[in-house]
Amino acid sequence: MNSSATVFSKLLPNQSSGFHYGKLINSALKNIGIPLLGIGLFLLLWAGAAQNIDTSLGKFPGPAAVTTQFAALYNEHSAEREKADKFYQRQENRNAERLAKDPGYQAKIRNYTGKETFLDQIVTSLITVSSGFLLAAFIAIPLGIAIGLSKTLNMAVNPIIQIFKPVSPLAWLPLVTMVVSALYISPEPMVAKSFLNSMITVTLCCIWPMVINTSVGVAGIDDDLVNVSRVLRLPALKHVQKIVLPAAIPMIFTGMRLSLSVAWMVLIAAEMLAQNPGLGKFVWDEFQNGSSESLSRIMAAVITIGFIGFLLDRLMLQLQRWVSWDKSSAQR
Amino acid sequence: MAAIATVAASSFFTLHSSANAEELGWPEKEELTFGFIKLTDMAPIAIAYENGYFEDEGLYVTIEAQANWKVLLDGVIDGRLDGAHMLAGQPIAATMGFGTKAHIITPFSMDLNGNGITVSNSVWEQMKPNIPKMADGRPVHPIKADALKPVVEQYKADGKPFNMGMVFPVSTHNYELRYWLAAGGIHPGYYAPHKGDNSGKIDADALLSVTPPPQMPATLEAGTIYGYCVGEPWNQQAVFKGIGVPVITDYEIWKNNPEKVFGITAEFAEKYPNTTIRLTRALIRAAQWLDENNNANRPAAVKILSQSNYVGADYDVIANSMTGTFEYEKGDKREIPDFNVFFRYNATYPYYSDAIWYLTQMRRWGQISEDKSDSWYIDMAKSVYRPDIYQKAAESLIAEKKVKATDFPNFAEETGFKPAQKDFIDNIEFDGSKPNAYIDSFAIGLKQGDLL
Repeated sequence: MNSSATVFSKLLPNQSSGFHYGKLINSALKNIGIPLLGIGLFLLLWAGAAQNIDTSLGKFPGPAAVTTQFAALYNEHSAEREKADKFYQRQENRNAERLAKDPGYQAKIRNYTGKETFLDQIVTSLITVSSGFLLAAFIAIPLGIAIGLSKTLNMAVNPIIQIFKPVSPLAWLPLVTMVVSALYISPEPMVAKSFLNSMITVTLCCIWPMVINTSVGVAGIDDDLVNVSRVLRLPALKHVQKIVLPAAIPMIFTGMRLSLSVAWMVLIAAEMLAQNPGLGKFVWDEFQNGSSESLSRIMAAVITIGFIGFLLDRLMLQLQRWVSWDKSSAQR
Repeated sequence: MAAIATVAASSFFTLHSSANAEELGWPEKEELTFGFIKLTDMAPIAIAYENGYFEDEGLYVTIEAQANWKVLLDGVIDGRLDGAHMLAGQPIAATMGFGTKAHIITPFSMDLNGNGITVSNSVWEQMKPNIPKMADGRPVHPIKADALKPVVEQYKADGKPFNMGMVFPVSTHNYELRYWLAAGGIHPGYYAPHKGDNSGKIDADALLSVTPPPQMPATLEAGTIYGYCVGEPWNQQAVFKGIGVPVITDYEIWKNNPEKVFGITAEFAEKYPNTTIRLTRALIRAAQWLDENNNANRPAAVKILSQSNYVGADYDVIANSMTGTFEYEKGDKREIPDFNVFFRYNATYPYYSDAIWYLTQMRRWGQISEDKSDSWYIDMAKSVYRPDIYQKAAESLIAEKKVKATDFPNFAEETGFKPAQKDFIDNIEFDGSKPNAYIDSFAIGLKQGDLL
């Protein structure tokens, strides 16, 4: 049926261009129109439902209230930036004053001590999630390759992976917090403890999908490829570099994509629980504030969290398409 | 000529006394992080920051809200926080080793009063018939726990536990709620740490458990607890949300009771003496600003506190108690000008007798399981409360004319013990120098010689 249609359109070029034009509009309507319709319906449902949910902090926020909060959060951010500028100005004056009195003083500029705005929190969360994710990848991929190559190692490590894989971030967090505070003692710390806590928790939770997918990918390499490597007598490292990695890349990336979404979810939960800076803290602070605007601010954060999660996933997908030779594996 | 002489004399005087100020020295640690819990009585910290008092001292302070009192205490102990807004009982209990052990001191008492006890709407309906009414139909205040007693007895008879919330085992709120309940004949239960029982529910009529302050209204709404004792704005929030009724403020349980303190580790004070004095100076100035000109700055303070990074509740909710009023049942707003005191009545001076009151309550409810001598109580208070640091800070501010000497206790004669006082709901007299005699004067509670 399909092939006959193609033949048909080749035979009748004039007609087909008109046909294609219509199809283009059609597909544009489909690709843009249907998602828009979905979003529109969702907004209507949301607005309708919100009207009917009375909480003790007022009505559940509808789309309009949340939009207002987005604007308010942005304004707050600009106001805070102005305050920061003044803070740095005052600090310079104070440093100059002190240098006049105390010439031996090593003047330094300290970071702004004011509150983190919503935008700052987003940046903090993004930095934390990428650090945790990269650290996990750094450990997981070599480990996955090793497990994939050696059946014995796989048998040894597999039970541990299976046991740790389902552990919730909320269970790791207290342990991580205690261990970090015990081991990370420094009068002038490079990075904050809270950052380390969130980051390590993220790493612990998002390492497993990468290990498993990588090892499965490596173990499942075509026997022909392995035989080629044998015939050529490739040294072990060359074997990994030339045969294993290229063949396992689609699976490795699938694992990384899974891990990144896990990492993002885990991070928000960890930030909420431990009050570590980031979007999770923003949500918890607003919940504790209990002001009449709190719910719409939390909803704004929820939408932002979802949107960023979506963007991160797209980013990994794009990266996967880029690196992988098997384009079909990155279709979804 | 005489004028010159006066100038010379006065400049000599300033020189002499501001030698004090010069001797303050530069702060050893300039970047500090302070923790707080979302409550209006954290105001001195917020004001010291917003009005630039910390910066005037060369301190760059980051202020961080904490999830609950335990997290906050651990933060100060492990050094993540340099100092914090604390429950008065926290430094005392930590130093003593009840809960977590660490030597924490306080050079600055943050405020007087500021708490309330709220019950759920249904409990209030059951209490109401037991409360005498005024001519206009409103209930007569203060309401004693006598009115709650039949309700609790009914719950007991029905085999249902009567659950109430407070914010931390060594919180002012725990002791205030217990004080109020016990004064009305309701037993709030004993602790027995020597047996490993830190739930505080032995022999209890009302079962008290811990809930972090900002979560109180939500927990009451969920029906997990029937009432709670917490600081502001979480009592007024219950009124605004229509989920509960504050029945009494702590001002009526004990007039001008000491509330929060500013806590730092003893190690911090030793390592950074200049920083310690300087941060105390900033806090004193903030407290003074809060009470200045008969609370004229309160609306401005409320505006700052309602920012989402501080308390974050709505302006109206915070203003209800911060501007000299308190709303009990919805619409029943009464004047309590001293509900929140930050500076007057020497509110910021760390009196030993205040610490001793907390210690007596710890003994009364079994958190201190064995008898201690009067001198033990006094020594313990002296190792935690540090009026010496406060005095240095205040004197240097006086020398710089930033504050008036008359606003402070007479340091030369001050003993750190307030005169014996009787302003309690049960009229029992408290004399800080005789803790054991005070412990023995309660009808409900452990007495000398008692061991669970």
